[in-house]
Amino acid sequence: MPDDRDQIIAEHHPAAGEPAASGFAQTPSQTVGPFFGYALPYADGPSLVPPRTPGSIRLHGTVLDGAGDPVPDALIELWQADADGRPVAVRGSLARDGFTFTGFGRAAVDGGGHYSFSTLKPGPGRAGRAPFVLITVFARGLLHHLFTRAYFDDEIGLNGIDPFLASVEEDRRSTLLAHHEGGGSYRFDIRLQGDGETVFLQYPGIAR
Amino acid sequence: MTNLITQQEEAEPAVAIDDQRGIGAEIADLHARAAADPSAQGRQHPDRAFSAYRSTALRHPTHELVRADPEEIELTSPAFGHTDVATEESDLTIQHSGEPLGERIVVTGRVLDGEGRPVRGQLLEIWQANAAGRYVHKRDQHPAPLDPNFTGVGRVITGEDGSYRLTTIKPGAYPWRNHRNAWRPAHIHFSLFGSEFTQRLVTQMYFPGDRLFPLDPIFQSIADPKARERLIADYDHDVTSPEWALGYRWDIVLTGSRATWMEPEDADHA
Repeated sequence: MPDDRDQIIAEHHPAAGEPAASGFAQTPSQTVGPFFGYALPYADGPSLVPPRTPGSIRLHGTVLDGAGDPVPDALIELWQADADGRPVAVRGSLARDGFTFTGFGRAAVDGGGHYSFSTLKPGPGRAGRAPFVLITVFARGLLHHLFTRAYFDDEIGLNGIDPFLASVEEDRRSTLLAHHEGGGSYRFDIRLQGDGETVFLQYPGIAR
Repeated sequence: MTNLITQQEEAEPAVAIDDQRGIGAEIADLHARAAADPSAQGRQHPDRAFSAYRSTALRHPTHELVRADPEEIELTSPAFGHTDVATEESDLTIQHSGEPLGERIVVTGRVLDGEGRPVRGQLLEIWQANAAGRYVHKRDQHPAPLDPNFTGVGRVITGEDGSYRLTTIKPGAYPWRNHRNAWRPAHIHFSLFGSEFTQRLVTQMYFPGDRLFPLDPIFQSIADPKARERLIADYDHDVTSPEWALGYRWDIVLTGSRATWMEPEDADHA
């Protein structure tokens, strides 16, 4: 169903629909494999703010495969705006000085497929958009990483008018919602395949 | 010698014991299907469902990806700098008190976006097995020696021209349990960010002339042979250091970018 979005995207991303049409051919992706655990995790990587910081939230969940089993060797990255909805452009995204919010975090899942971040709830971006955090999923058996967004299920008003959420089939929309468990804790399970499969994202102009 | 079938790369043992010949036929069939599929033409990345790599079976999404227009946060990327990485981290051979065993190598190249512009000031991370094909990872059970002087982890921030340079040890091939007698070609894992969130890439660099290429389902998961070749470094005698190390050159191209990273590092105002 062609609509105005195609035109908007064509203007926004000239390469839309023509992957790598110009110039330089991309380097293909390969799986992260199972043995990244001694290399990619870094000190306090899951703590974008120290736990128990006033106003902080816990964003956590389990990564599950098509059989419903936990994936014990996944790596999750989180990238988000600050509490005012602004992207952070501070160098030193791996550094944890206890004061600077860098907006980036990285967590390996544990043996039960569970990850957990301590962070701030992002503010909304442009008017009429619901706040979200970006999630990138890497795992053994995943040849090309997956992108998704975690929205917050207690942002009922903004979620209700957000154009991206509205574009997602209604029966899959809940897979993009982190569920408020009370006490500043939100749960966002990631299902790679099968029942309740998480909505994963494709960006225009980005070759698959 | 049966102990040589080890718990490598795969946590779960293969259900059926496929042999290399069967896997090879399966790879050939998957490539033929991709060549006949118009929607697969021009695909730069492997299909997430590549059955010859058994672990994809329960881990690839079955729904089409949902198209998202990038919002402001997606048009930027985490920013890195020299506070993130110490200079010594680009030399994996000096992280311990002694010299690691194996063939010392230099790997250098540039990180570019799809328009050929340098990706500056961004984090590049690598990890790899040692010269004997063993990772410093508690679940790596391959009965090859650990090297007390080699961890196999390096990091570097790309320069103004997008360049990077690493000194390391050539990793060994190793067995894994995808099928009977499965061996991974020697490779170094690379992780890269770009100037936009969508440019993120994790990949593997391979070494020229490896006879294991046609046999490896992970390398062969990329249907287009020209795209596969882009994962293979070039031996470059100008990079080779006399009396010291062999040199390889490998350029990495991320997706296109709307914006070039312009801000110099001293413009930080955090």
